Amino acid sequence: MPGYLIRRLGQALLVVAGVIVLTFAVMRLVPGDPAVAYAGPKATAAELADARRQFGLDDPLPVQLWNYVRDLLGGDWGTSLHTRRPVRDDLFQAFPASLELVGAALVVALAAGIPLGIAAARYKGRLPDLSVRLSSMLAVSVPVFWLALALQTVFASGLGWFPVAGEYDASLDRTSPLHLYTNVTAVDALITGNWPILTSTLSHLVLPALVIAAYPAGVVAQMTRAALIEESSREHARLERALGFGETAVLTRFSLRPALNPVLALIALVFAYSIVNGFLVEAVFNWPGLGRYAADSIRSLDTPAIAGVTLLVAVLYVVANLAVDLLQGVVDPRVRAR
Amino acid sequence: MTTPALPVYRRTPLRRLAGVDRLAVAGGVLLGIVVLAALLAPWIAPYPDDGGSATHPLESLLPPGGDHWFGTDQVGRDVFSRVLFGARTSLFIAVAVLAVSGAAGVLLGVVAGYAGGWARDVIMRVTDVFLAFPALLLSLALAVVLQPSVTTVIVAIAITWWPWYARLTASVAASVSTRGFVDSARCLGVPAPLIVLRHVLPNSLTPVLVQLSLDGGGVILTAAALSYLGLGAHEPTPEWGLMVQQGQSLFTTDWWVVTFPGLAILVTAFAFNVLGEGLRARLAR
Repeated sequence: MPGYLIRRLGQALLVVAGVIVLTFAVMRLVPGDPAVAYAGPKATAAELADARRQFGLDDPLPVQLWNYVRDLLGGDWGTSLHTRRPVRDDLFQAFPASLELVGAALVVALAAGIPLGIAAARYKGRLPDLSVRLSSMLAVSVPVFWLALALQTVFASGLGWFPVAGEYDASLDRTSPLHLYTNVTAVDALITGNWPILTSTLSHLVLPALVIAAYPAGVVAQMTRAALIEESSREHARLERALGFGETAVLTRFSLRPALNPVLALIALVFAYSIVNGFLVEAVFNWPGLGRYAADSIRSLDTPAIAGVTLLVAVLYVVANLAVDLLQGVVDPRVRAR
Repeated sequence: MTTPALPVYRRTPLRRLAGVDRLAVAGGVLLGIVVLAALLAPWIAPYPDDGGSATHPLESLLPPGGDHWFGTDQVGRDVFSRVLFGARTSLFIAVAVLAVSGAAGVLLGVVAGYAGGWARDVIMRVTDVFLAFPALLLSLALAVVLQPSVTTVIVAIAITWWPWYARLTASVAASVSTRGFVDSARCLGVPAPLIVLRHVLPNSLTPVLVQLSLDGGGVILTAAALSYLGLGAHEPTPEWGLMVQQGQSLFTTDWWVVTFPGLAILVTAFAFNVLGEGLRARLAR
């Protein structure tokens, strides 16, 4: 295990290094001059030169890359051009909101996807199987921004069952202000016992979380089905059938746990994907997360901010993958032996 | 002596084959319809000029009816005609991305798989880095940097897409390279590039081809998302994601402007997914 752990950690670090270089390379391709964007259109030549010096744009590229890495490691992720605040602070504020949204969506996705996958495997080749397979393919084919608009129009603007946009009712900030600990609104409201904000947040979460949940629910259902079918054709399932266990028991009591391992690995992949998919949903529901921040940054060609978002999500993906690999070792002893 | 009859398992042969094929066939037919719509758009669209920059201010925002099956948009263009022309844009992007990233990925993958050793390590570490960026994220960053256009969308998505094919091909090519006929070729003194191209490559292609058909839907969705964010196609190009973005403020009053382009994305991505899924199930058997 220690050898495996060290090798896996080294690999992850190497990927993070590559991610930083690639982000830097993409950002240096920007045709618009970041100094111009920062100093404004009416800046004098002297102010421009000043801004260029401030951003180190006059240095040779390797020096710029070195400075970039040094600053990142020192915790300086640059200054956003449009909020004029440190990018790290902006991300620190926006990320928990995205995490809240995607977390809720993944819970929904697992709660729906796993039982559907079990049902499909149980009735393989019959009607329940076909309908689960078709609907999961439909779920991964739907354009999220369109689904978000449709649900918003029907259930929020039209029927008025859910709020149209935002994370919670802003007027509650006056009547029952929220103390921030984790920056995740629902969690903070829960631990401080702030019920008005908690219920408001939950009702604001429903629609966007459902939209984001569509894709992971579809993939989880497909993966659960495939893994269960494979697992229940192994020797142990034959023995269990011979002992008189019914097909449902063979699937849920004996095959489910080993079959969930690939599903777990999938979640890491789907997590980062859902964060980015959430960008589109956040834009529609005006959710104050990374997506809205990214959209604002894109509009103002805010290079440091875009680099920050890109880097954060990529590193998150690497960490999630690493966590799942290690977690799988804990859950499934067979992985450790490899 | 007679051979005892082989046991017959009800769940195996014909029924399963038929079921699997039906899925692939259904996906293929659906995709075929979309392709036909794209190819024949100039002839079957009721208002071919509306695929471009034509405007009919007097006919703006008409609801669906006999003259305009899908209604008309803000400037009076026929939404049905634009959806048909939009199929051209989307399929063109999908084919271009899959061709470029498929070719690049397969080439790198087959080299990595055959060569092994440090060449494989280097190529695989590079794909690791690219895979750490969810496709839409890196495309977003790239699309901001490049000027918004259909070409930008193709370039941005292709850059994020090739590593999948490189990995898949590398693992298949590695196992193909250990087979007898490759050894024989080597012993006969066939030069390495020729072995890779003539012997390893053709035998490593099937899984990639299936994956390509599965990925068509993903490319279409990503491209539509980029255009929706204003980073891809722009007016007057008929593009489904762009049409949704332009009509989104009208959703509550004039639902058809947004609904039909969105459905077109859904149907096309679905067709790719069903086809790919059917092919994959066949391959897995």
